[in-house]
Order: sequence, then structure tokens, then C-alpha cells
Amino acid sequence: MNWDYLLSLFMGGLTRGSIYALIALGYTMVYGIISLINFAHGEIYMIGAFTALIVIGVLTLAGWNGMAILLIAAAAAVVYAAAYGWTMERIAYRPLRRAPRLSALISAIGMSLFLQNYVRMAQTANFLPFPNLIPDFACLKPVAHIVRASEIVIYAVTALVMLLLTLLVKFTRMGKAMRATAQDREMAMLSGVDVDQVISLTFIIGSAIAAIGGVLIASHVGQINFYIGFLAGIKAFVAAVLGGIGSMPGAVLGGLVLGWTESFFTGYVSSDYEDVFAFLFLVGILIFRPSGLLGRKQTEKV
Amino acid sequence: MTPLLDIRRLTMDFGGLRALEAIDLAVHPAQTVALIGPNGAGKTTLFNCITGIYRATAGDARFQAGEGRCVPLRGLKPNQVTALGICRTFQNIRLFGHMSALENVLIGRHCRTRAGIAGAILRSRRARDEERRAAADSFRLLKKFGLAGHADAPANSLPYGAQRRLEIARAMATEPRLLLLDEPAAGMNPQETRELNRMIVQLREEEGVAILLIEHDMRLVMSLAQHICVVDYGRKIAEGTPGQVRNNPAVIKAYLGEDDNA
Repeated sequence: MNWDYLLSLFMGGLTRGSIYALIALGYTMVYGIISLINFAHGEIYMIGAFTALIVIGVLTLAGWNGMAILLIAAAAAVVYAAAYGWTMERIAYRPLRRAPRLSALISAIGMSLFLQNYVRMAQTANFLPFPNLIPDFACLKPVAHIVRASEIVIYAVTALVMLLLTLLVKFTRMGKAMRATAQDREMAMLSGVDVDQVISLTFIIGSAIAAIGGVLIASHVGQINFYIGFLAGIKAFVAAVLGGIGSMPGAVLGGLVLGWTESFFTGYVSSDYEDVFAFLFLVGILIFRPSGLLGRKQTEKV
Repeated sequence: MTPLLDIRRLTMDFGGLRALEAIDLAVHPAQTVALIGPNGAGKTTLFNCITGIYRATAGDARFQAGEGRCVPLRGLKPNQVTALGICRTFQNIRLFGHMSALENVLIGRHCRTRAGIAGAILRSRRARDEERRAAADSFRLLKKFGLAGHADAPANSLPYGAQRRLEIARAMATEPRLLLLDEPAAGMNPQETRELNRMIVQLREEEGVAILLIEHDMRLVMSLAQHICVVDYGRKIAEGTPGQVRNNPAVIKAYLGEDDNA
């Protein structure tokens, strides 16, 4: 048994899982609030990565360097992606609020295709190199074959985002309004909650988190193109369903479980079938435990 | 005196079905008005039109929102109506079951507090103070409704009578000037009903809130209401003081049928 190899697969799985979890949170929050699978959510993640790349390009030309660039680029990506999420809800979903759910779902798929092709036309269809701006810390030298600095940053940021989100939803005024809206939208309105505002906020937060995931993984993998949102989005969707859609801890658990499964299967079985596992998983869950790992019949939504 | 709520010729159609036809109704400040009628008469539909869940087909409803502002309610969103000072409860309990009793009341405070998302993230002093104040206000309300001991319990774990009281506490948290109660005594035993009666009287005296009440328990209606409005098949068939309504032949007919000589 090669323990170093096992450990590196474990860390690699944690990296993938963190990113899936970040994207899955957006899926599950939106589903919790308006019962919509927002298929364009993966595209928001992709747009986040592209925004960061453009900002990095500009700042590099301006002579900036290192972490400062990454922080500014990430901030820009978050703001830009949040604006996209907000706009998307306004034009693609809000007019369909009272329509059958299938209409909104089709609108979401249309939004996804539109955003992909818009980025392809505005940018390029080729893979673009994404600079790795996270320095390799000297203290990590001895374990470099197991875990990279960028992965440590991914774990830390993911944990921080989840902590902040939990505090927000549990304790703040808007968080309570979000939970109330998820449980009974009409009653929330009658209690004086501006539900439109809450829904907008949900899209903004979900998109911002997806953008953070996009920037982190792009910086780790080193390349992006207009299509990355599709597969990441689908897998995060699997993670959300695996954990129990509508449940936030479920999204995180689902993401991690999926990340580790993929990592160990590719490491010990075959990397040719990497993507197959995610979908095998989805089929398995839907057959044996449709409400997901943490999903009960009535989960605490959002 | 101008009425607090003034409904004029309010009509509501669902496709070809006329659920309400030209209803006139006025509720004066601090007055308790009961809305009675057989099942399916359109009472709850009227509540839904007032609170912005439905948009009335014709007619209008005006509300004195304070400072001499007279606001037409038609076309407002439910949360805007609540912000003006109208709040309602439901005949079937609709609490946020997975949230604590205190959080349920805090949701009611939502429209009376301001802190936005920026304040929440940055934990600004203003946001924190506001949240603390809202929690204190909400706790006081729980105490008043005898629910202080349940503050941290999930709402759906409370006994039935307590859930009903919590619904009213949540509605009162929005600081209404008009409270719409939809069958508050439904499913209550006589003792709980008496307690409810006392609580409503107390609300009226201490808060000066006007009440529009849908109720089938005639003893409760007769004891609380100063004015009663009877609807049947979407029309108002009688109106007046409890004494007048009790002896009105049209009302007796609607309730007991044609041939009854009660």
C-alpha cells in the first residue's frame, strides 16, 4: 500500500469536492427558495473565471504582481458574477414565477446555452492559460507531491465561505427571511417579507460563491474555456442531489463525497471513466435514495 | 369618522366563477367586525383580496395608513400591504415549522427593521443593535402571549393552542392597525376558545388594533364583534349589530335553510 499515493488522492478528492460543494451551494439555495434547478448556474462559475482572467491580464500589464492581482481579480469576478446572477433571475426566471415549473426549467437551459455561446463569441473557443498566482509556500516543499499550495488555499477559502454562509442564514435578518421564504413563500410575504428581494439576494449569493469556486479552480488547473461550466455545473448538480437538494449541509457533504469517489476511482481504477462515476452516482441515488443523504421528506431548505 | 378599511363594490372572478360580488364593508379604527357565512361563501377570498394574494377583478379597498394617507390596496404586493399595517392569520396553521417560536416572531419584525445584506455581512454596529432590539421586542411579544417558555422550540413541536397563539403573536409583530383573523378558534376546545376570547379582548384594549374576524363559533362572534357582516354565495346578505343580525330572516335562511321556522 502506497500511503503517499492514497493521501494525495484524498487531497485531490478534497479539492474537487470543495469546488463541487461551492457550486452545489448555489444550486441548492435556489432550489430551496423557488424550486428551480438553475441549469445556468455552471455558466456563472465559468463567467467568474473569465472575468478574473481578464482582470489579471489587465493588472499584469499594469505591472502588478502575485497575490494582490489574485485578490483584486477574485473580487471583480465575484461582483461581476453576482450581477449576472441577479440579471439572470430578473429576465429569465421572474417573469415565469407563476408559470409551470417546466417553463422555468427550459428557460434555465436556454440561459445556459446562451451564456456559453456568448462567451465563446466574445472571447474564444480555445483553452486559455490561467496563471497560477498562488505562490508555492516554502514550508510545503516536503509534501509537494501530496498537496499543492493552491489546494490549501481552496480548502481554507471553501471552509471560510461555508462558515460565513451558515452564520448569514442562521442568524441575520435576511437569513431568517430566506429560510421563511423557503418554507412558505406566501406566508413570508404576508408576514411582511419582500420575497422578490430575498430571491434576488439568493441568486446574488449563490453566484458570488460560484465565482469564487471558478477563480480558485482555474488558478489550480491552469486553463479555462467557455465549456468548463457545463461539466462542473452538472457534477455540482449531482452533488446537490446526492446530499439532498434544498439542504445546505447536504450540498457540502454531497460535493465532498463525489470529489473523493471520483478521485479514488480515477486513481485506482481508470482515469478514462472519470466523468462516468459522477453520473453512475446520480443514477444510483435516484434509484435507491431519491431524497439524498441528508434530505428528509421535509428538509430545512435554503 | 373615516373608516380604517373601506371596501367598495369589491368583485372577484375566478374564470367564470364569481366568488365575490360587489361587497361593501367598512372597519373603523379599534372596531371589531365579524365576517360570517356558510362555508364557501367567499370570506377567505375577501381576506385574500385585501392582503394582496388575489387581485380583485373590480371595485376597490382603501386603507388609512396613518398620517392621513389613504392608500388603495388593489395591486399592492402582500408584503407592501403588511408594511401598511394589515396582517392576517390563517384558518389552518401556517407557521414556519422548522424555525423556533422566537424566529417566527422575528420574521414578523422583518418589515419593521431595515438592516440589509451589507450590514449583515459587515456586522455593522447599526445592524447588530437592530437585531438585538428586534430579538428583545419579539421576546416581549412571546411573553405576552404566554409563549416565553417555548421561545427556542421549533414551532411545529408546540401544542396546538400554543401554535395558534404564536400565529397571532407573529401577526402582531408586524405592528398592524388592522388584524385579520381567519377562524382563530378552529379546532380549539371550549377552554382554549375562552382563553382566545380573553386574549383578543386584551389585544383590542391594549393595542387599539381593529379586528376583522372570520369565525364559525357564534358564541365567540357574538361576544367579540361590535358589527357583523353576513355573506352567502359571494354577496353580502345582511349587516348590523349582533342583535340585528341574529334576528335577520335572510341570515336564518342562509344558515338553516328555507323551511326552518327557528
